[in-house]
Amino acid sequence: MEDLKAIAKEIRRDIVKSIGKAASGHPGGSLSAVEILTLLYYEKMNVDPKNPKMEDRDRFVLSKGHAAPALYATLASKGYFPKEELDHLRQVGAMLQGHPSMHTPGVDMATGSLGQGFSTAVGMALGAKHQGAKWHTYVLLGDGEIEEGIVWEAAMAASNYGLSNLTAFVDNNNLQIDGAVSDVMNPYPIDEKFKAFGWNVIDVADGNDFDQLRAALTLAEACTDKPSVLVCKTVKGKGVSFMENEVGWHGKGPNPEQVEQALKDLA
Amino acid sequence: MEKIATREAYGKYLVELGKKNPKIVVFDGDLSGATKTSYFRAEFPDRHFNAGIAEADLMGMAAGISTTGLIPFASTFAIFGAGRAFEIIRNSICYSNLNVNICCTHAGLSVGEDGGSHQSIEDIALMRVLPNMHVFVPADAVETRKMIDAALNIDGPCYIRLCRLATNVVLPEDYEFVPGKAVELKKGSDVTIMAIGLMVERALEAAETLEKEGISARVLNMGSIKPIDKAAIEAAAKETGAIVTAEEHSVIGGLAGAVCETLAETTACPVEKVGVNDVFGQSGKALEVLEHYGLTAEHIAEAAKKAISRK
Ligand SMILES: Cc1ncc(C[n+]2csc(CCOP(=O)(O)OP(=O)(O)O)c2C)c(N)n1
Ligand SMILES: [Mg+2]
Repeated sequence: MEDLKAIAKEIRRDIVKSIGKAASGHPGGSLSAVEILTLLYYEKMNVDPKNPKMEDRDRFVLSKGHAAPALYATLASKGYFPKEELDHLRQVGAMLQGHPSMHTPGVDMATGSLGQGFSTAVGMALGAKHQGAKWHTYVLLGDGEIEEGIVWEAAMAASNYGLSNLTAFVDNNNLQIDGAVSDVMNPYPIDEKFKAFGWNVIDVADGNDFDQLRAALTLAEACTDKPSVLVCKTVKGKGVSFMENEVGWHGKGPNPEQVEQALKDLA
Repeated sequence: MEKIATREAYGKYLVELGKKNPKIVVFDGDLSGATKTSYFRAEFPDRHFNAGIAEADLMGMAAGISTTGLIPFASTFAIFGAGRAFEIIRNSICYSNLNVNICCTHAGLSVGEDGGSHQSIEDIALMRVLPNMHVFVPADAVETRKMIDAALNIDGPCYIRLCRLATNVVLPEDYEFVPGKAVELKKGSDVTIMAIGLMVERALEAAETLEKEGISARVLNMGSIKPIDKAAIEAAAKETGAIVTAEEHSVIGGLAGAVCETLAETTACPVEKVGVNDVFGQSGKALEVLEHYGLTAEHIAEAAKKAISRK
């Protein structure tokens, strides 16, 4: 438990450092999703960093692909590739692209165009079910991302095919780029919408809390006839005082002084 | 000289136009700060509609509102506008020849760090193939304003391709843009360089280099991709006998495609294509990415010599 918190902190530090070095990227939505990623990769998912294409591995799709730095920091911390790669994020010729691509070991699907990752995750779960495979598919969506029509097309398909081998997370940090999600294009009530689309819905009051996430996943696993979604209230920019709940920190890199300040917050 | 991105010029000009014409409304998809329609929103909050992250609906709403007497400008990144919403643009805008001004930003490789998923190198091809559509690619801030004026004069769909990167102003303020007309920026007799967007500046630079080596290069700004200036293309083939196309787009289906289609039905002529060679882009600083894919003045000059050698 303490262990996971320490790992999450290290992942946060790597996120800030890599985006700072790139002087470009998306810190806010990367930081809000750290506990979800840490729990999945360190406790839940059956994966082998030394064998990233292992056939019966659990799959993860970062549908909100702009949070790539969080995924990269998690994958590096698990040992999928050397941590030095994080220093070259977003550089010409480097492996780590601005948004996840298949060039990176551990990335199961290229994302970045919002909404599409969710649809591909439904396809993965369908493939597993069709072939009687036991592995599970996890997918992470932004709360702005769910404004995309394809999200609801995919949600309908997942319940239509009874994909209980699919678990979605909505990173409900309440912010998108142009403002609060409720002001730009109100997606609420998120839980009722998924319920209406035939999903098993679990509200997580604090999606930056491991215990709550763990308990919610246990509830999800108990449901064997529907796909499950965890609607997780999170804090955008979590852990960095001047980034928390600040819409302006969606998509810009911190300067060297700001990186230093952020690393103090994350000491 | 101060550099200015075409998206910035667009955002600022939209405010001026909004003051003159109350029928102008703007649609965006949660990217107002990046597309620069945020300036218009600040001035006219009730005439700026945020579709949220929903580009298909953005284009559909713009189509619908254009039938009610309002004049919509629809903006998002090129990859999501021309790409994600392609079929909405086809069936709900172009098929009915509706008066929608689609002004997409972040086109081409010069998006930079966001990488291959966000660098639209196929939007010209996608938009150009649609009946009724007009396709304009401004070389700088000056031409951006002229093209928007032209779009406002056209009762039908227009696609204006804008960029994220701040670039030099290369055209004089009294520059005239006429849809369907190429503009000769430099006279020349050995080869013609046809360029669009930020490649126009590079084409002029290449022509200067070539001049020093005794090669006379004509430079045409082909900003009006559709309609395209067939006469200027034919004249270039006949008078200079060699052509180079230069674009921040795939060499398939964009400017090179349009030029070669014209030549195929008029005059045979060697063409060298400078553009993205059927590959996806990647992350990096804009200028470094452009360099990596050979979108430079040096490459244009080399291509010119190659085209001449094929005469
Ligand atoms: C289809 C598509 N449209 C627009 C964008 C540009 N974009 C990137 S992130 C973002 C906002 C996402 O907000 P949200 O899903 O809430 O993410 P988070 O707050 O978790 O960062 C937008 C509009 C995109 N990547 N894909
Ligand atoms: Mg959000």
